[in-house]
Amino acid sequence: MAQLLRRIEGATLEQGQFWYSGRFFTMDITFLLNGESVSLRDVAPTVTLLDWLREERGLTGTKEGCNEGDCGACTVMVADVEGAKALNACILFLPQLHGKAVRTVEGLSGPDGGLHPVQSAMVDHHGSQCGFCTPGFVVSMAVAHLNGDTAHDDALAGNLCRCTGYAPIIRAAQAAEQAPVPDWLEPAKGFRMPQQPAPLDMAPDSADALADALLRTPDATLIAGATDVGLWVTKGLRDLGPVLFLGRCTDLQQIEETEDGLRIGAAVTMDRMLLAMRDRHPSYAEMIRRYGSAQVRAAATIGGNVANGSPIGDNPPALIALDARLHLRCGQDRRVMAIEDFFIAYGQQDRAPGEFVEAITIPVQKDRLRVYKLSKRFDQDISAVCGAFSITVEDDIVTAARIAFGGMAGIPKRASHVERALVGKPWSDATLASTQDAWEEDFAPMTDMRASAGYRLDSARNMLRRYFLEDRGEAVSVLEVTP
Amino acid sequence: MSVSKPLPHDAARLHVTGAARYVDDIPTPARCLHLAFGLSQVAAGRIKSIDLEAVRHAPGVVGVWEANDLPSDCDCSPSAHDEPMLSGKTIHYFGQPVFLVAATSYLAARKAVKAAEILFETRDAILTIDDALAAESRFEDGPRVWSKGDAGEAIDTAPHRIEGEIEMGGQEHFYLEGQTALAIPQEGGDILVHASTQHPTEIQHKVAHALHLPMHGVRVETRRMGGGFGGKESQGNALAIACAVVAAKTGRPAKMRYDRDDDFMITGKRHDFRIAYRAGFDAEGRVLGVEFVQYARCGWAQDLSLPVADRAMLHADNAYHLPAIRIESHRLRTNTQSATAFRGFGGPQGMLGIERVMDHVAHHLGTDPLAVRRANYYAAAQDVDAGGGPAPRSAQPNAPRDISGPKKDADSTTRGASPTVSQMPGAPQPDRVRAPQHQTTPYGQAVTDFILHAMTDRLERDADYTKRRETIAAWNAQSPVLKRGIALTPVKFGISFTLTHLNQAGALVHVYQDGSIAMNHGGTEMGQGLFQKVAQVAASRFGLSPEAIRITATDTAKVPNTSATAASSGSDLNGMAVKAACDTIRDRMAEHLARLYQTEPGTVRFADGHVHVGDAVLSFGEAATLCYEGRVSLSSTGFYKTPGLQWDRIKGRGRPFFYFAYGAACTEVVVDSLTGEYRILRADILHDCGTSLNPALDIGQIEGGYVQGVGWVTTEELVWDSEGRLRTHAPSTYKIPACSDRPDVFHVALWDGANREDTIYRSKAVGEPPFMLGISALMALSDAISAHGSRYPDLHAPATPERVLSAIQRVRDGD
Ligand SMILES: Cc1cc2nc3c(=O)[nH]c(=O)nc-3n(C[C@H](O)[C@H](O)[C@H](O)COP(=O)(O)OP(=O)(O)OC[C@H]3O[C@@H](n4cnc5c(N)ncnc54)[C@H](O)[C@@H]3O)c2cc1C
Ligand code: FES
Ligand code: FES
Repeated sequence: MAQLLRRIEGATLEQGQFWYSGRFFTMDITFLLNGESVSLRDVAPTVTLLDWLREERGLTGTKEGCNEGDCGACTVMVADVEGAKALNACILFLPQLHGKAVRTVEGLSGPDGGLHPVQSAMVDHHGSQCGFCTPGFVVSMAVAHLNGDTAHDDALAGNLCRCTGYAPIIRAAQAAEQAPVPDWLEPAKGFRMPQQPAPLDMAPDSADALADALLRTPDATLIAGATDVGLWVTKGLRDLGPVLFLGRCTDLQQIEETEDGLRIGAAVTMDRMLLAMRDRHPSYAEMIRRYGSAQVRAAATIGGNVANGSPIGDNPPALIALDARLHLRCGQDRRVMAIEDFFIAYGQQDRAPGEFVEAITIPVQKDRLRVYKLSKRFDQDISAVCGAFSITVEDDIVTAARIAFGGMAGIPKRASHVERALVGKPWSDATLASTQDAWEEDFAPMTDMRASAGYRLDSARNMLRRYFLEDRGEAVSVLEVTP
Repeated sequence: MSVSKPLPHDAARLHVTGAARYVDDIPTPARCLHLAFGLSQVAAGRIKSIDLEAVRHAPGVVGVWEANDLPSDCDCSPSAHDEPMLSGKTIHYFGQPVFLVAATSYLAARKAVKAAEILFETRDAILTIDDALAAESRFEDGPRVWSKGDAGEAIDTAPHRIEGEIEMGGQEHFYLEGQTALAIPQEGGDILVHASTQHPTEIQHKVAHALHLPMHGVRVETRRMGGGFGGKESQGNALAIACAVVAAKTGRPAKMRYDRDDDFMITGKRHDFRIAYRAGFDAEGRVLGVEFVQYARCGWAQDLSLPVADRAMLHADNAYHLPAIRIESHRLRTNTQSATAFRGFGGPQGMLGIERVMDHVAHHLGTDPLAVRRANYYAAAQDVDAGGGPAPRSAQPNAPRDISGPKKDADSTTRGASPTVSQMPGAPQPDRVRAPQHQTTPYGQAVTDFILHAMTDRLERDADYTKRRETIAAWNAQSPVLKRGIALTPVKFGISFTLTHLNQAGALVHVYQDGSIAMNHGGTEMGQGLFQKVAQVAASRFGLSPEAIRITATDTAKVPNTSATAASSGSDLNGMAVKAACDTIRDRMAEHLARLYQTEPGTVRFADGHVHVGDAVLSFGEAATLCYEGRVSLSSTGFYKTPGLQWDRIKGRGRPFFYFAYGAACTEVVVDSLTGEYRILRADILHDCGTSLNPALDIGQIEGGYVQGVGWVTTEELVWDSEGRLRTHAPSTYKIPACSDRPDVFHVALWDGANREDTIYRSKAVGEPPFMLGISALMALSDAISAHGSRYPDLHAPATPERVLSAIQRVRDGD
């Protein structure tokens, strides 16, 4: 690890201190590991929990299957006062654990070696073959079990198994549903929760402190859920230089009803976003159900998804269709813009140095939103096309239309020609047909490994048709057909 | 008896607690070096200049090697000696290892690699099947051709004809544990290698060759793999050799583990195929003649491509008696990863060819594809009631029946012969099937054990196929956007290595004086449950429960000259070898104890954890102690070779397989015609494991094999760009089935019947055959798409939503 230290830009002063851009940062991370308190003063901020567990602690139960958040072999349980979540240790940096409790597969069995109910169910139901995916599954299952979550397909969408075909794992998960949470994992009993930890300079604990720190270190990389940034390190092998973690800014994690609508803090994770959308915009919530996996949704933030400016992020199209506003902040200066104006061109956003995303507001509206996420695989797959539609129809005439797509251009983009071709027209087959050419005026998508340009255009067009048919009550989703 | 019990995997408890050790979990030895390869960034050409100075000076780097710095060519090939570990000046594919770095940490080695400055001089790469055909780039001098009868004539004179083509993509193994090896120098220049491999002996052989050591100087140990699927039959050689070479050069332990993206970029995958076909048939859909041209994209090196392509030819008939057939097989050499073994080993590709023909024939005639399949089935085996009654279950080995040895083979069906006598499939009459002449495969092996009539009948009933087909048709008629489809397809898979001498295995069994037993054999454990099955065999031989048996890591120092754990042969071969070893010890014990107790050795019984000798009942431990004190050897090797095999791969004649394993699957899907998205609603499977050694483990293989097979034909798409760079090189872009992709309703049942051949406890191999049950999903998609119009969908694999949508558009435009 000493070697990792040296690679950080700037010199090491004394144990636990870094010098970044003219300023000291202290580094004293404390968390609980399988019930034992751990304090780290000499690790670089971008060491992943997975590498640390395996290489420094010799806890090799947690496996590496991909090192990019896609397979779940590295799943660990991370708890704080909000509760327990499953997270991918391969894209989780140690400072993100500050003040939390981590449990690895080694910490699931009882002190006397007794198996956790999901572990014994996995043995009884033949849920492991090669066993390499198994620790990750067992941890995901234990988290779901602790939280009383029985939507197993959703809880396990981020755990890949190449051997079993999943059926025995689901049987095991079902069999363990009724078993009581073992003593040693009951928060009230054995499962120790961390104490309020000391402040950590690179992880400010309020938006004000963040704004300050970012003004002083405008070149710092902001790290929220690290579901993008993690890969820059594990796959891109990049040295990030100064970093600032957002995870402790509790005021950025609030969801509030305001006069302008629903205000969502930038650091709100996708799992909480799903809950917020469930009643307001159920189709948005259904899209989020397929966004990444439980592990990814528990880490990824809405701010990160917007700020990264990706043309294939799934939130921006939905937010554009909902006419959301983006709140940016630099020091004490704030500005607000229509979210689609944030995306200027591929890789270029309207964000100045020292500025960060503080919140997003979604105006109160009657729900007309449908979001269609199209990918090769339903779960844990980046969209080839993500279409969001909000079309208002009064007396069979389209009175308003907001349509936006991901995957169709270099940025998340509105289908303005299509919108124009709809507004003022009867809500009919003929009007749909008349939009045919508008699509090509709006979009010239590219061909890549996810989809061809032709397929992207065809399916985008057909999504409008799907919206129309769905509006008429026709069955259009294979996910709703039962055997 | 402990065989046939549904016991959990022997390591299940270790798996669920994270205590099961894989190679990378072995505590890293002191001073261990970590290795990484630098990879080529072009698909074909030469290295113009290479500057590795920055790599050498990167933090933590201890050594950097190019091809000409190595002690030998360090060949990694399992066949043709055409795979130097490092490229040298000539580049054959995008991702080929060019240089090797050793550093003090894994991350340091990976980072150092990025500092290399290499200038490549590119030439036009041969990437596709068409490129290779145009350039005459192939292995072997020309296509292999096998035939039976005059297929051309039969097709031309048939009442009906179809022709077409199906493309089927390759498949990445995506073993959850990536390739890994660790080499530790020993005294006197010897090397110990821990490798995640299906083939320890080959690693031993290749490492010995690279270091100019005799094989006894290299010991290879493999406790378990985190999945193999064929991807660890030859693809681990490079890592093991690299580690051994660095260990030998530096005297330090060396470990290598591919990052997942590197694993995708470097290692071989399933061969993608194009199969062109032409078939002639009668009004019932009975195929009178069929021609296949199989094009296999083999990648840059030969690896196992020849036997893979052979096996594709060997499964061009699947379950169907084809009176006249011609199969032409092209093994094309391209500038891509060297395609390799993958569960089914060419069988799936060959089988998909004929299943496509069956589907196309049925579409042409407007009949139920299942009726066409049945009409073409081989005649039923002699003593099976075609009405669905299973063969009697028997754990007692019967005397093996003699089937076609060379003599019989020579006088069995010849080229032009058309066994019209058995052309009434679907309802075989007992007197007819008792006829002395068996139907033969295109390669002349008599099919004596065909049980698919009865299996199909039962599955059709259990899955309620006929009624559901009607329901689906009615549902589709009122559903313009969503359409359902259903298909029931069979599998007949040949069991044995087609390279006959590989069908052998050894074992080593020790009984200790306290009665505990240690067992070792040449098979490797990759999740299939081989160790548990074989332990159950050993326990049964001694009348013990399996806990009495300690299963130890596969070790080339204990059992030499092993074959790869492949071709589904693991428990067939190793089970028999272990049985032989156990029986030797048991007989020695019985003899000694009988002498002690003055009774006949034949009356000594090993049962229920005890040894019954005359009137005395000893615990097994007591018996072992007595034998030890009586100076009886309590250790034995065991050996087995599969009988009756004989095969000429050039002519394509003989008996390559000991027996066939059978299965059938019925899959229902629903398809969205707006986007091409689809889901599997239900799958019903009936599969033949003979008398199962362990039904729970066998069902696990079937469920897992089916889902993996479905992945191959649906979402698992490998995309190379025009530069020859694999674009789907991580799970973010390469999509194996996830949890919710398994069928909503998933029924798996075992066919209750013993193997007719004298295999271990009359069981059948189960590793590969269930993979091909997944083909039913592709056929069900084709069925659903057909509901949109009258044209044949011509659906290729993998049928991604994009391909499904374009097939729907084709079917509609055809109207
Ligand atoms: C396995 C996996 C599956 C995924 N699936 C999906 C999917 O289905 N759909 C999808 O859209 N995405 C998906 N992603 C991508 C990723 O999860 C999202 O883009 C995510 O929302 C990023 O959020 P984060 O908090 O993790 O961002 P981080 O990785 O922490 O940061 C991303 C970027 O945003 C910046 N940033 C973060 N917060 C702020 C802020 N408040 N102000 C300014 N800049 C900020 C960071 O500096 C960085 O540049 C997936 C990723 C993985 C690894
Ligand atoms: S290792 Fe695959 S998700 Fe972390
Ligand atoms: S048991 Fe092998 S990957 Fe799941």
